[in-house]
Amino acid sequence: MKVLVCVTQVLEVSTYVEFTADGRAVDPAFVTALVNEADLCAVEEALVLVEHAGDGEVVLVSAGEGEADEALRSALSLGPQRAVRAWADGVVASDPRSVAAALMAVVESESPDLVLTGVQSSDTGAQSVGPVLAAMWGVACVPVGRRLSASGSTLALEREFEGGIVERVEVDLPAVVTVQVGANTPRYGSFKDKMRAKKADIDVVVPSSLPPSRTTVARLCVALTGAGRSLELIEGGPAAVAARIADLVREVQS
Amino acid sequence: MTRSLVLAEVIDGVLAPVTAQAVTAAASLGGDVVLAVVTQEPHDLIEAASLVGVTEIVTVAAPGSDRDHEQALAAAAALVADVDPDQVLAGFTIRSSAYAAALGHLLDLGVVTDAIALRRDESGPLIATRSVYDGRVHAEVELDASRPGLVLVRPSTWEAAEPGGSPTVRSLAVDLPESRVRSVELVRPSGDVDLTRADVIFSVGRGVGSQENVAVFAEVAAKFGAALGSSRPIVDAGWLPASHQVGQTGTTVKPRLYVAFGISGALHHLAGMQNSQTIVVVNSDKNAPLFGHADVGAVEDIHDVVEQLNLLA
Repeated sequence: MKVLVCVTQVLEVSTYVEFTADGRAVDPAFVTALVNEADLCAVEEALVLVEHAGDGEVVLVSAGEGEADEALRSALSLGPQRAVRAWADGVVASDPRSVAAALMAVVESESPDLVLTGVQSSDTGAQSVGPVLAAMWGVACVPVGRRLSASGSTLALEREFEGGIVERVEVDLPAVVTVQVGANTPRYGSFKDKMRAKKADIDVVVPSSLPPSRTTVARLCVALTGAGRSLELIEGGPAAVAARIADLVREVQS
Repeated sequence: MTRSLVLAEVIDGVLAPVTAQAVTAAASLGGDVVLAVVTQEPHDLIEAASLVGVTEIVTVAAPGSDRDHEQALAAAAALVADVDPDQVLAGFTIRSSAYAAALGHLLDLGVVTDAIALRRDESGPLIATRSVYDGRVHAEVELDASRPGLVLVRPSTWEAAEPGGSPTVRSLAVDLPESRVRSVELVRPSGDVDLTRADVIFSVGRGVGSQENVAVFAEVAAKFGAALGSSRPIVDAGWLPASHQVGQTGTTVKPRLYVAFGISGALHHLAGMQNSQTIVVVNSDKNAPLFGHADVGAVEDIHDVVEQLNLLA
């Protein structure tokens, strides 16, 4: 079984933030980059599926410039066999359709049985790349999945809905699944895997055609604190905090 | 004149609250608002769908379940072709997100998910605002005016449109495919709590540390007449049933008082509670993003605070 897992780098923004001169991105001085948590859950699901299948491989893909290699190496250290990067000038990182088109070039060259993505990137959370990629590939997508198991060419899994509703579903492979954050606890890779990840060759696949981008990030701004809320900090220790909370509860309930 | 198509969300044969909120968002742009109701028995929902601001209801009889996103995709594509809207709106929910971006790709629409504001300046493009980076940054996204836009609106962000409108009603016959995703079993959570009805919610996050500690918070919450909520890691750890989870995949709440203990404020949690009337945040980490959305905050150890609260209950 061959599973392709899409991973992405996400940005954590510091409490104080400034933007680039064009106002369309956060100034890199105010961000910390890390691998998207849900994507690591997707990698873990993939590794378990391939272990159970007894043969096959887990291949990672990320759409991005050089910085995507960091996300790929970091995810490689969990144990996947290979990583590929997809990029061409003209890929719009803020447009999920453009990102999916870049990833699709690798889906075509790798012909996997299953493609996994994280349910959403933790920084911008559009929940779109998986569904678009499935539409481009012409296969079914199961969003917000967990507890994946494969039997022959059938994949069984659970999908989540709001309010804790869970639907057990089956889908024929190939398919795309977006894996819920917290679906599992991603493993720590072995020392050997970590060393291998550091040195791994990462091939670049160039998508041959990209869709037009129908959205443009025009401007970023610092969010007004809590939509006009102003923060009152309670000092004076736990007893003072508890007293204030108790007062607020009684105000609401009176 | 502009025309909006709002795709209703139907769950268990009932119109979900986000539909009336999406109608308000659509009506704020002016022009016609067409509300599409795709479900097994759409005619049962005409009265509920007759919201103020809706000019026309279009119904599509769809045999599949309300979780069938392949059916929803085919119905939405047919509706866009039929209604020819300038923009399409739906709620940013798991059901809509399951097909929205695919619809955008197939019909070449501009797609913005999780919008918290929407405007169109004088004959300019539609501009949707998204809340990103744990709510610290707002991004204004312009939609290409040469194509219709598709915007998923964050639940509980717009007021709900009131019932009592008098739209025209028609039905549209659509050939719907059988879903390639086969339903085997539906499991509903053991419902011991309904967070949507609570005036006061005490909510616990990773900072709570252990299942034993969750029990302490549950006991204190009960003494104060508060419902117990949680962030997603608490449910993932199996410390509370899923019905307690606040956030995108849990319940979206809007209580009069929301007290968050040891919750840092990840995007998916924030989206589920940020419209609460009063928000109190207690966290030992002064950099927790949720402080940016609080009315009252305290940088304290939550275990010390709950111990003191217990004395006051």
